[in-house]
Amino acid sequence: MSTLATRARTFKPPSKVGKYELSTVVGAVAIGVAIVLPFFYDSGSGFMNDATVALVYVVMALGLNIVVGFAGLLDLGYVAFFAIGAYTMGWFGSSWFSSRNVHIGVSEQLTNLPGIHINWLLILPLAAIFAAVMGAILGFPTLRLRGDYIAIVTLAFGEIIGRIAVNSDEGVFGFGDFNLTNGRAGITPVDKIDVPLVDQFTTLNLRPWYWTALAFALVVLFINFRLRDSRIGRAWIAIREDEVAAISMGIPTVRVKLLAYALGAAMGGMAGTFLGSFYNTVNADQFEFSFSIFVLAMIILGGLGSIWGVVLGAVVLSFINTNLIPDVLNDVPSKIGLDFDLTELGFGIFGFLLVIMMVLRPQGLIPERRHQVEFEEGIGASDVETVVETRG
Amino acid sequence: MREIVSKYGLITILALLPVFYGIKDLSDDGDLSRLATNIKDGLSNGAIWALIAVGYTLVYGIIELINFAHGDLFMLGSFVGFSMIGTVGLTTESGGLALIFGLLVILLVSMVACGTLNTMIERVAYRPLRSAPKLAPLITAVGFSFILQNVGLLWLGGGHRGVPDLIESQERLFTIFGVPITHGDVLALVVTVPLFIVLLNFINFSRIGRAMRATAQDPQAARLMGINVDTTIAFTFLLGGLMAGAAGLIYALYQTDVWFFAGFTAGLIAFTSAVMGGIGNLKGAILGGLIIGIIQQISDNRIGTEWTPAIVFGYLVLILVFRPQGLIGEQTREAG
Repeated sequence: MSTLATRARTFKPPSKVGKYELSTVVGAVAIGVAIVLPFFYDSGSGFMNDATVALVYVVMALGLNIVVGFAGLLDLGYVAFFAIGAYTMGWFGSSWFSSRNVHIGVSEQLTNLPGIHINWLLILPLAAIFAAVMGAILGFPTLRLRGDYIAIVTLAFGEIIGRIAVNSDEGVFGFGDFNLTNGRAGITPVDKIDVPLVDQFTTLNLRPWYWTALAFALVVLFINFRLRDSRIGRAWIAIREDEVAAISMGIPTVRVKLLAYALGAAMGGMAGTFLGSFYNTVNADQFEFSFSIFVLAMIILGGLGSIWGVVLGAVVLSFINTNLIPDVLNDVPSKIGLDFDLTELGFGIFGFLLVIMMVLRPQGLIPERRHQVEFEEGIGASDVETVVETRG
Repeated sequence: MREIVSKYGLITILALLPVFYGIKDLSDDGDLSRLATNIKDGLSNGAIWALIAVGYTLVYGIIELINFAHGDLFMLGSFVGFSMIGTVGLTTESGGLALIFGLLVILLVSMVACGTLNTMIERVAYRPLRSAPKLAPLITAVGFSFILQNVGLLWLGGGHRGVPDLIESQERLFTIFGVPITHGDVLALVVTVPLFIVLLNFINFSRIGRAMRATAQDPQAARLMGINVDTTIAFTFLLGGLMAGAAGLIYALYQTDVWFFAGFTAGLIAFTSAVMGGIGNLKGAILGGLIIGIIQQISDNRIGTEWTPAIVFGYLVLILVFRPQGLIGEQTREAG
């Protein structure tokens, strides 16, 4: 273990291109490529589909990154907010409540259908508020807890929401007999997103979906950068590094932590509305625990707390999940004479990835600078051993 | 004052379900035999949860890690048990001595298999991360949980597999106070009670048990006293794995069903038990397992099986929020 002095000596400033940081330049190029990408692919192709999903996953991963990466609160129930967003879309953007007739800002063919039909642009803030409130409610009981207990409470919360989604086709917890979620059969069809001045959103023309998702991801990306560099962002990082020190510096931990939960949840909820509409169905099978881990794996692969890393992690894992495993590698076992389906192993592969990353490269592909130091030096580790060794 | 409120508050919340249905039974049927049957089934199930919970609590006590993969280890234990039944040649026809001896062999095999696997996981996944930030081993544990689940998925496929009902687990042996005692209950009793007695004595009186307790209190000081901390921790994982293996076999025989995903829910239920008793506390884990077993059985029987996990997790959140140190646990650093 090196001392502070050697660490200062070995500190490398970030690489630069001209007067910009390397990561900013690469990021700007990537965004440029992402904008023109649809022109090179068929508008209804599988690739466009995968790319759109990948962009929504970027939004989710960035949301989770606020909670886990910035504030250091391990959230294993993130799928709950995806579910809340998706059901908001399902309830307010389909013919599900067919006895009601509410139509706000939707196209003419939808106004003839029964049910509640509200334009996606209005559902978006609704879902964000709804998810944020749920996030704060979830965050509240964990305020007094630290470390892995938070993980368990959030996991339990995610599971409870998941159970409600699966079982609420005949009352909730045995009360009543109304059909709230339609369980595994799900709410379908869901209204297509309808944004003024943009091409029609159909299953054959995925370009508007893609660009909407891209715009959405870019806005969230921008928000994430501004948040990280803001007063609140610094407060989150302070709490993550040392909660006691943060409190004694006058950081209102309760408010700041709740804000992290609420913002992370809001992003998950908004992404949920998009996916609900994009998949054209909201069903309970989408909201399993493994999805929380899937999103967590994205931010760990990319690098906890590192915004560009998280974007990369989300895109990579999303393509592994939607493209590489089912399409490219799936017939490998049968080619070499084995009889199993590789898609079944998807989450085993992600589990393996988590283990490997943690053991070999815990700071992720594009590490956040502060986190990297922490992992290399062992600072911030809770046990006495490292502290003693670092001092010695 | 606060201490008393939180402790008796928890006991009150726990007693709510049984008391409510007890009163309901008294007014509906005039006796308590239905509730008593629920409680009896709950205790048998709870014995299984307790065996798993012990693994969580031992590991948490010594390295403060929630071993997420433990539930899936239990699942693999039940798979080993399931597969060994055919290997050993037991059928529903085998009786008496063959059955007892065969089951004993299977019990040993699944215990050893799970114990070894758990120790290996510790060596590969947790030991390298011992000085890393706490999030790291927790995430590795989640990763291993998925790996084990997929091993199970590849091994016996995605569907439920029926286990031959070797012991006729639902067959009634005798009845006391209107409560039928079945073969399954006896099996749960005769396997878990000796295991718990051995385990408690081992931890309290053996040399390595003392080393485990010392390491749990203060790894640094334990090392200075000449205790091999790495071996002690590996041994703790071995013990936890042995218990999970035993639980796996009992579960397979009792429920006559194995499933690759069973470990996830079972793990969470067992973890709830461990937290309820006070994580890090062995007797607490056993007590918690039995209590959760009863709650789960009442909920299965009265509210609906599909809601049970949600109810148990609801309890978990309540406990963690209002009394994170559990029923009889010490106030831990995390819970502070």
